[in-house]
Amino acid sequence: MEAHAVFTPEMKKTHTILIPSMLPWHFNLLRAALVSCGYKAEVLANTERAVVETGLKYVNNDICYPALLVIGQLLNALESGNYDVNEVAIILTQTGGGCRASNYIHLLRKALAQAGFSQVPVISLNFAGMESQPGFDLNWKMVKRMLAAVVYGDVLMYLSNKIRPYEATSGEADALAKSWLAKLETLFQEGKGQGLSNIQKFVKEMAKDFAKLPIVVKDKIKVGVVGEIYIKYSELGNNSLESFLQKQNCEYMLPGVLNFVMYGADTYLTDYKLYGGKLITYGAAKTAMWYLERLEKAMRKALDSAPFKAPASYAETKAMAKGIIGYGNNMGEGWLLTAEMLELAKSGYNNIICAQPFGCLPNHIAGRGMINKIKELVVDANILPIDYDASASKVNQENRIKLMLATAK
Amino acid sequence: MQIGLDIGSTTIKIAVLDEAGKLLFAKYQRHYSQIAENIQELLEEVLVKFPLVQAVHLAVSGSAGIGVAEDCDLQFVQEVFAEKVCTERLNPDTDVVVELGGEDAKLLFLGKHFDARMNDSCAGGTGAFIDQMATLLDIATEDMDAMAKEAKNVYTIASRCGVFAKSDIQPLLNQGAPKNDLAASIFQAVAKQAVTGLAKGRPIRGNVLYLGGPLTFMSCLRDCFDKILNVKGTCPENSLYYVAMGTAFCAERVVNLRDLPKQLATSAANRTFDHLAPLFASEDEYEVFNARHAANCVATGNINEASEVYIGIDSGSTTIKIAVISPKGELLDSFYQSNKGNPVVAVKDFLQNFYAKHPHCKILATGVTGYGEDLIRHGFGIDYGIVETVAHFMAAKSLQPDVDFILDIGGQDIKCLKIHNGCIDNIFLNEACSSGCGSFLQTFAEILGYSAEEFAQIGLFADKPVDLGSRCTVFMNSSVKQAQKDGASVENISAGLSLSIVKNALYKVIRPGSKEAIGKHIVVQGGTFLNDCVLRAFEKEMGLEVVRPNIAGLMGAYGAALYARERYEQNPKASTLLDATALARFKHQVKSVTCGLCSNHCHLTVNTFASGKPFISGNRCERPVTHCVPDNSLNLYRQKLELLEALGNEEEAGKLGVMGIPMGLNMYELLPFWHGFFSKLGFKVVVSPLTDKKICQMGQNTIPSDTVCYPAKLMHGHIKWLLEQGVTNIFYPCMTYNVEEGNGENCYNCPVVAYYPEVLNANVQELEKCNFFFDYIGLANHKVLAKKLYAMLSKAFLNITLKEIKTALLSAYAAYDFFEEEVRRLGREIIATAREQGKPIIVLAGRPYHIDPKVNHCIDRLITTMGAALVSEDAVSSLVEPKALATELEVLNQWTYHSRLYAAANYVANNDDMQLVQLVNFGCGCDAITADECRRLLEAKGKIYTQIKIDDIDNLGTAKIRLRSLFAAVGLES
Repeated sequence: MEAHAVFTPEMKKTHTILIPSMLPWHFNLLRAALVSCGYKAEVLANTERAVVETGLKYVNNDICYPALLVIGQLLNALESGNYDVNEVAIILTQTGGGCRASNYIHLLRKALAQAGFSQVPVISLNFAGMESQPGFDLNWKMVKRMLAAVVYGDVLMYLSNKIRPYEATSGEADALAKSWLAKLETLFQEGKGQGLSNIQKFVKEMAKDFAKLPIVVKDKIKVGVVGEIYIKYSELGNNSLESFLQKQNCEYMLPGVLNFVMYGADTYLTDYKLYGGKLITYGAAKTAMWYLERLEKAMRKALDSAPFKAPASYAETKAMAKGIIGYGNNMGEGWLLTAEMLELAKSGYNNIICAQPFGCLPNHIAGRGMINKIKELVVDANILPIDYDASASKVNQENRIKLMLATAK
Repeated sequence: MQIGLDIGSTTIKIAVLDEAGKLLFAKYQRHYSQIAENIQELLEEVLVKFPLVQAVHLAVSGSAGIGVAEDCDLQFVQEVFAEKVCTERLNPDTDVVVELGGEDAKLLFLGKHFDARMNDSCAGGTGAFIDQMATLLDIATEDMDAMAKEAKNVYTIASRCGVFAKSDIQPLLNQGAPKNDLAASIFQAVAKQAVTGLAKGRPIRGNVLYLGGPLTFMSCLRDCFDKILNVKGTCPENSLYYVAMGTAFCAERVVNLRDLPKQLATSAANRTFDHLAPLFASEDEYEVFNARHAANCVATGNINEASEVYIGIDSGSTTIKIAVISPKGELLDSFYQSNKGNPVVAVKDFLQNFYAKHPHCKILATGVTGYGEDLIRHGFGIDYGIVETVAHFMAAKSLQPDVDFILDIGGQDIKCLKIHNGCIDNIFLNEACSSGCGSFLQTFAEILGYSAEEFAQIGLFADKPVDLGSRCTVFMNSSVKQAQKDGASVENISAGLSLSIVKNALYKVIRPGSKEAIGKHIVVQGGTFLNDCVLRAFEKEMGLEVVRPNIAGLMGAYGAALYARERYEQNPKASTLLDATALARFKHQVKSVTCGLCSNHCHLTVNTFASGKPFISGNRCERPVTHCVPDNSLNLYRQKLELLEALGNEEEAGKLGVMGIPMGLNMYELLPFWHGFFSKLGFKVVVSPLTDKKICQMGQNTIPSDTVCYPAKLMHGHIKWLLEQGVTNIFYPCMTYNVEEGNGENCYNCPVVAYYPEVLNANVQELEKCNFFFDYIGLANHKVLAKKLYAMLSKAFLNITLKEIKTALLSAYAAYDFFEEEVRRLGREIIATAREQGKPIIVLAGRPYHIDPKVNHCIDRLITTMGAALVSEDAVSSLVEPKALATELEVLNQWTYHSRLYAAANYVANNDDMQLVQLVNFGCGCDAITADECRRLLEAKGKIYTQIKIDDIDNLGTAKIRLRSLFAAVGLES
């Protein structure tokens, strides 16, 4: 095994950290959080077909689609000539569970070596202590700022999804979200706006601003989107599912990222209960949950004013899965996926698209595997699993969504 | 007037209704992707019939209708919804609708619990598939029904996807299975696919309606559905037009019928699609290209002047090729034709013709290669058989002595050989799932109404070749559909398909890191490369110039002839080929029988020739041929099975009752543990038997995810079997973590092995009636495990104490350790014996459940009959020092079963007398990572990596080629 390129402390000043894109609001704020900690960072914006082609070229085509896209996007950027490849680094999240996704970083390194970019250091963003880099210090300050980015991102996504379908003047909701994003980015870079009280204050202001936008009441089909985290959020992964749904007269809802973060921390608690383990890990996870719950509470409280309603909490969502699927099922999205489908179905978004990469292993169980059971419980749940893949055709996917919408209840 | 247009993937249907809903006119025609033109034609016909009509209510439907609706601002009605509307109106008492269309299969449950399903993208059991199969059988689609009626025997054909089915049927054809039987088997596969793929556990009962082309025209297909569903379905009047009529019923928007054609024409001109650079910028460029390739010609001679010749036969999957060469290697004569499903006839005709024309020409020796090798060799007394990869190498070497890379794209296969020091150094073969090969181009050409040659020609100067990506045929169908929708011309589709074939071969099969990794002296061959578009696409994609022999399609046969010559020159002896007199008496009969010598019940095809001794194929072991029980002494897979079977089911009743255990996935390793545990506790343990055909079928309709791996799917059958025995307690726990062996950074199970019990619990309804123990447990922490088991079991068995559980666990751990040690001991013995006897050792690396003969399709026996000793991955994985392994790895080593693979690969890499063959299941996501890593570990030490992908495809044709190529490359094949 060859030594990997190391991200040294000096590189903090010289190297730009490239972030693959997934969610517009969250990831730009994450970038700002990194900048506030003294790093140079940039979210990639290349989303053309060449990204897929590059991915096909450098990774095993049987690997899950998100890996192919993320690696494709990064290599496509490096090959584009827009960057000095000796002055960039890459950051990638690593979940560390039993799913294939934990291996993305290794596949990326293989691909980088193959493409002749082995000098580019790869930073793993994870909370399990894997793959540490001397120049990248994931300290409490940074974690706190990243979590604030997640919360603001969730709120912007939630509010704009709620208003957009009904806005009187088309484009207003997105424009407002963008202006808030710009404001938050500035605050973030100055290291502000990330404490609990600030979060509560700004979220409240955001909700007020969105509530002020003039709306027209229209009949819309309510659609929930769940699935594998990258595919459900990333327009690159899901063939711009959101804009398609918008055109089809839908109001769509995506559960937030904070849920997934909490689920990730909760996994350590569940595993400890089921299989035993180190008490110290349990304690750390417990502390993390405590902070996350406070964050969530602050966010929900601020959001809970008419015309909005706070989305279901993590605990409420979790409770829905009880007796349906075990909490020990925690690879990939695990039980959370089932719980989110139930939560959406019960809160009026009973037309549900379960978006996943073709052949996604955890979703055989928690996605497709649970649909019959969910339908038993919520009779009018109208669930459509869709596989995304480098060559799955958009027309087929859209035709199936049209079927779901035609039979919407 | 109400008009509905149903624009599908291959046809357009129109239904014209009056205001009362009465059908006035209906028609369908194939559109050959000329959608706008065909709609215009149909509308003009309507105008002629109803000259006074102007404004009508019109709506469109169908997969290709979406684009038309968007462009012309027409009302779109989703086709399944249209079908629902029409059925509810015309056949209100219907409960379930089954519709097979060109490329979609649909299932509708009507009534209160309405539900509609369409096939997932990976499912080809549809009309287009039947067409494709008919082409394969060389019969008209219309004749299939009549033939199926005459069937005597039905073969099991993999039904998950069209490509899979094809790989089962092709070899059956080559073995001489009767076409009647195959037609019936195809229908059965289609029905099975549609029902299991779409019903996903929901029972189909009541009044069933059959709609769509295939079900309208083929009564045998309807019978197959009736039989599988156990109902008597009906095919109503106008069953072809339900979508069109439903669309007409829904039509609300008023359209001026006279203006529409104009609108269609303008919109067709305005559409866009993703496209790639043209293949040739100008005709001049093509001239230069042509001139360069024209130079690569094989030397020829005159057959009429020859006195001595060698003959090589390549009995391929769809074609038969024969080369006659002189002792100097000049090509004297050649023969190339579709084998029309019967290679024997083609060879016989050729030979008879040859004897008649050249009575004085002496045939010194003959060689045969390809799928039909065994049959042809046996039937005609061909002297030598040679594995395809070697034949192609010999041919390429004769033209380009420095060749270091050969890419052969044939009708069904992509073969890719890397040559180092004059020997085959590495072999890549395509999987069924990436079979974008020649026959695929041909099928598309036919669908679009062209011959293969014309289709190639029109693509040369396409201005905007469609970007179709690179996946399997089924995906490609929908990509082409999309391109059609976007208005791509046939020229651009042709060029796009050629490019996609090349990309498929490059990025799916070969996956070179860079063009330097491919080689310097590249020879491309196979019939597909005779298509200039494909050749050009390859050169462009890689930025290289390559050699394409003028006999690209004949290279296998030419290589077989060269091989015959080489062998003859080494050891001249009289050819065993049937002479003219023997040939005149040549007789060939085919019979299919079921072997009853073991529980496997192989379908055997028995070919009898005039010479007497029958030629048996389709067998999984030597038993029907030699009538001896297979020898397992050097086969660890079988010995492991025997160990597990020895655990058996006790006769006596347990004091606590019966505990059922389904035999599949991780139970193939943990059975000793749980068997020990429950026996000790006082249960009579009932283990489901080895998977057989019946078990496969039993659970099929409860599988919710079509694309999950085959071993997981089998679990449904095992659970059903246990339930059928009246077992009321079933134990099959969820396990995030596997046993910790210290070989990796973590000890996970893969998500499917870890959590499959959840899927069973949620989808096998009868489990509600019994105690299904599937809670989450881990084996690492004994104390926690005891508590969890106590909590789990004491709910149903009030008398069990924690202490008893702890004691029973001691037995369980001991039993597991004993089993593992036994496996390692047996492995060591086999290795030692093999070394003594100088036999090659194959490590057949997979996961514990790969020892199930239904999962591995007896590949283990195939290997041992080829003369090698066979051990499993866990026999050698413990021989590797974990720390040393860790420094070699480039992946996150976190799954126990996969850690063993890496360790085994590492061990084999360092042992000269061992080779590794990896078994990989389709849909095994983890193996996308492990396969690359094992390959890397082996290749780093100059070893060949061989992978065999398995699913429910029962045919071992490709496995055989892989294994023989491996044996030949390492110098073991005689």
